[in-house]
Amino acid sequence: MDYKLPFKEYNRALRKSRLLGLRCNSCGAITCPPKMSCQECTGLDLEVTELSGKGSIVTYTTSFGAPQGRENELPYTIVIVQLDEGPWIMGNLIDMETDKITFDIIGRRVKMGSRVYPGDVYSAGASARPVFSFDDQI
Amino acid sequence: MRKVAVLGMGHSQFCFNSPRTQVELMSEVALDAITSSNLIAKDIEAAFIGNCLGTIAEGQATIQQFAVNDMGCLNIPALRYEGACASGTIAVREAFMHVAAGHYDVVLVAGVEKATALGTPLATRCFSMAGDSRYEYPSGYTFPAAFALLAHLYASHYNIPLPKLKEQMAAVSVQSHFYGNKNPLAQLRFEITAEDVLNSFMVSTPIQLHDCCPFTDGAAAVVLASEEVAKKIYSKPCWITGVGLATSGQLSSQYRYLPRLRARELSVEKAYKMAGIGPQDVDVCELHDCFSIASLIASESLGFFEFGTAGEAWLKGETKVDGKIPINISGGLKSKGHPIGATGVSQLYHICKQLRNEMVDLGLQVEGARTGLVDTLGGDGCLCHLVVQR
Ligand SMILES: [Zn+2]
Repeated sequence: MDYKLPFKEYNRALRKSRLLGLRCNSCGAITCPPKMSCQECTGLDLEVTELSGKGSIVTYTTSFGAPQGRENELPYTIVIVQLDEGPWIMGNLIDMETDKITFDIIGRRVKMGSRVYPGDVYSAGASARPVFSFDDQI
Repeated sequence: MRKVAVLGMGHSQFCFNSPRTQVELMSEVALDAITSSNLIAKDIEAAFIGNCLGTIAEGQATIQQFAVNDMGCLNIPALRYEGACASGTIAVREAFMHVAAGHYDVVLVAGVEKATALGTPLATRCFSMAGDSRYEYPSGYTFPAAFALLAHLYASHYNIPLPKLKEQMAAVSVQSHFYGNKNPLAQLRFEITAEDVLNSFMVSTPIQLHDCCPFTDGAAAVVLASEEVAKKIYSKPCWITGVGLATSGQLSSQYRYLPRLRARELSVEKAYKMAGIGPQDVDVCELHDCFSIASLIASESLGFFEFGTAGEAWLKGETKVDGKIPINISGGLKSKGHPIGATGVSQLYHICKQLRNEMVDLGLQVEGARTGLVDTLGGDGCLCHLVVQR
């Protein structure tokens, strides 16, 4: 059985800041990042759909310690965003200085762009990653 | 299904920079477990080995083959289990099932890790391999970050002001160090204060250095046996009466349940049911406190406290040795240390010590403990539980 939205295709779109997901023809749920099966009902009748990349922050952290090879990125902020279409995805928050980030960013509206993590000896190549910036007025 | 006993046990000093190789560490604790079971190496029918990062730390794959050969258990079936930080517990569960099913009567379970050989940057990289490599690691996802994300989510979900949650998290670390200081096997044998926690290096907001367990070298081993063998050769067996294991996908895919980990609730429910008990029957628990917030999240899903209230329980002393539910009286991962492949076996070791009333001299005995629970988390979705009774 063919994989409907493999990493390679998802990643190619994400590099262009386009977010692809899967719509389930059984239950209507959206799965993102992609999987073989619907993340709600495990159904296999899925079709590729483009998502808005918009949503709101549900949680965040600013890291001051990095894995080997990523020290130059410090400090960086990771967010989990609830997309308007339902799923939660992980990415980085980019348009706020890390020392200004406080608990009240939870709930803020964001929109998605992308950057590339070039990878290391363990990563089998590069991966695009979602990056988020605010999409609201304070 | 047959009853399965824990017989003799072995446990290394948990430390930084062990002078021993992984095989040497494992052989020492394995022989302690075997000889204290009144057995010799030749009596062991199969070995179940927990090891996660040995391939990178020492460039050694299939460590199980070298380990059993080293300890004199020549040519026996030996298997390595990898479930990140739960590797050791998963090895125990597998060994339990083989003995329960009647495949074997006497088996060895041993776990080992030499995480400090990696150094902190590479160890951080390797631990992050237990997160989703394609869809979450590119964002810089590490395990401190995982629990930091959960901590902020916990505060927001249960509407707990962050400074209050930080105070509760600090209480977890303070308690672990208070007990770990009394445990001669512990890696970090010193007491700390809440102030120490709140003044320590910020690793990943809101997780500070003293919210984190250390990287650790160490090993632990147990012999498991059928009831028939146990009754013949060993005077103080403990019995594994329930086991559970459950998994889930990457952190963001768990969005319906977070900050609760659904796999933990499914796994412990299975273990409780198999043992015919509930959380109210547990006298002592060793749970997976890789980060202080992890203790709050775990203890609630294990059924000890209402959701969102575990931090208050720690502050009130309900998790102390004489509290409502004594938790991590060994010092936990935080103070005792966390050699990931060995951690689950070490948790089992300390539960059995409690059930055998052997912690009295250390001032760590939970009086009259009859039923213990082991909770171990690997990666962000590999949960394993053991119910142990005397
Ligand atoms: Zn579906």
